[in-house]
Amino acid sequence: MVLSERWLKRGVFLLCLAPLGWLLAQALLYDGLGANPIETIIRFLGDWALRLLLLTLAATPLRLLTGWGWPVRLRRLLGLFAFFYAVLHLLAYTVLDQFFAWAAIWEDIVERPFITTGMLAWLLLLALAVTSNQASQRRLGRNWKRLHRLIYPAAILAAVHFTLMVKADLREPLIYGAILTVLLGLRLIRR
Amino acid sequence: MHRRLTHAIRPSEITPETLYRERRRFLGIAAAGALLLPPALQATPRRFGPLPRSPFSTGEPVNSYKDITSYNNFYELGTGKDDPARNAGRLKTAPWSVAIDGEVERPGSYALEDLLKPHTLEERIYRLRCVEAWSMVIPWVGFPLGDLLKRFQPTSRAKYVAFTTLHDPEQLPGQRRAVLEWPYVEGLRMDEAMHPLTILAVGLYGEVLPGQNGAPLRLVVPWKYGFKSIKSIVRISLTEQMPPTAWNRAAPQEYGFYANVNPAVDHPRWSQKRERRLGELRKRETLPFNGYGEQVAALYSGMDLTRWY
Repeated sequence: MVLSERWLKRGVFLLCLAPLGWLLAQALLYDGLGANPIETIIRFLGDWALRLLLLTLAATPLRLLTGWGWPVRLRRLLGLFAFFYAVLHLLAYTVLDQFFAWAAIWEDIVERPFITTGMLAWLLLLALAVTSNQASQRRLGRNWKRLHRLIYPAAILAAVHFTLMVKADLREPLIYGAILTVLLGLRLIRR
Repeated sequence: MHRRLTHAIRPSEITPETLYRERRRFLGIAAAGALLLPPALQATPRRFGPLPRSPFSTGEPVNSYKDITSYNNFYELGTGKDDPARNAGRLKTAPWSVAIDGEVERPGSYALEDLLKPHTLEERIYRLRCVEAWSMVIPWVGFPLGDLLKRFQPTSRAKYVAFTTLHDPEQLPGQRRAVLEWPYVEGLRMDEAMHPLTILAVGLYGEVLPGQNGAPLRLVVPWKYGFKSIKSIVRISLTEQMPPTAWNRAAPQEYGFYANVNPAVDHPRWSQKRERRLGELRKRETLPFNGYGEQVAALYSGMDLTRWY
């Protein structure tokens, strides 16, 4: 059982790296990023940060519905990968899109709600990522759990970030928003 | 003068594979009925003959045919950037007719061929600045809109020109969902429409316009954000009142009637100060009126462009 769980985590680890591998292959081997590769990269990384965040949030409802224990044991791995893609997403914006134009970046953060919400979500995820180890868990005690409830506002902000970016076709961000609503709603129902 | 169209094989490596196959299939069907069709209606890929160059053309390097035809905002063919190229095969551009009505002495419905016949097509290499803060340089084939309008003799009451895109969800499947209110409509003030920079385009890169770029007839107004340059036009009306425009109707606080490229007026949700020229790594400064200020700024003298955005 212990052995199989180790292999499960290794498998999920590799699966979580697959999107990045796909992106690198498109960029380096297939010239597959289209006419606006920087935009493609940023959107792709943001999509996967959000998807992994939703997967992280699916662990608890899955346990509530099925009684399985393994989804919850994958939760930290998934959450850290969500943050990993969020870091790459922010790096791509800072380096590829803005090329360290700090004044322009600051203006974006302060003046543009979709950047503000994205940045706030990122900061919340940062706090969760740096306290995700067992030492922090011990040190923070019961406050650790309170702190890590920040994943809820982080996910909501991330979904709002996506919605505010879109010009007219809200279908895709609303699908993510609907999934998030279900995942959060299931928790309230099973309380 | 009527510019002759010469037949040429189009390089298949620049045609998206699916579109290429679709066209082959269509040609196969068309071949059977070819004897029944007049030559003008045969759907053969066409290349324009040598085109006069224009002093209005920019000398900047042009974007590739692939970039221009694979990264499009044409929501009637899908809202993703690559959707229009994929769905363009559904749009049937021949036969095509355009209604010209409203405040003109000679209203009517005209076959596209007849509409184009008196005009000399020329190449116009223009910058295109999208409201989404990216830009391209595109070698259009077209002629001044003003020359066409004059032929139909606008009345003294004509103050604006209103344009309408084809409304046919069979050919433009994006119209099955109300992302915008269909059909797409756009408009210009009369002096903007008569300005020599404003053209109707029928081609790019010396070839007939592909569907995703607004075939067979589209507007190009290079000093305004790209959404003003309405695609696949079926109606041109001269009006006394300012006509409604599609994006303004959808989000009036974000998109105005004028939509002149203006780095000093940000979109409420993103900056317009800089833009990414596709193919370039670093952003560049956005120029007032997309760099055409010398020619067009006078049209707006005395107007507060932060109010009339």
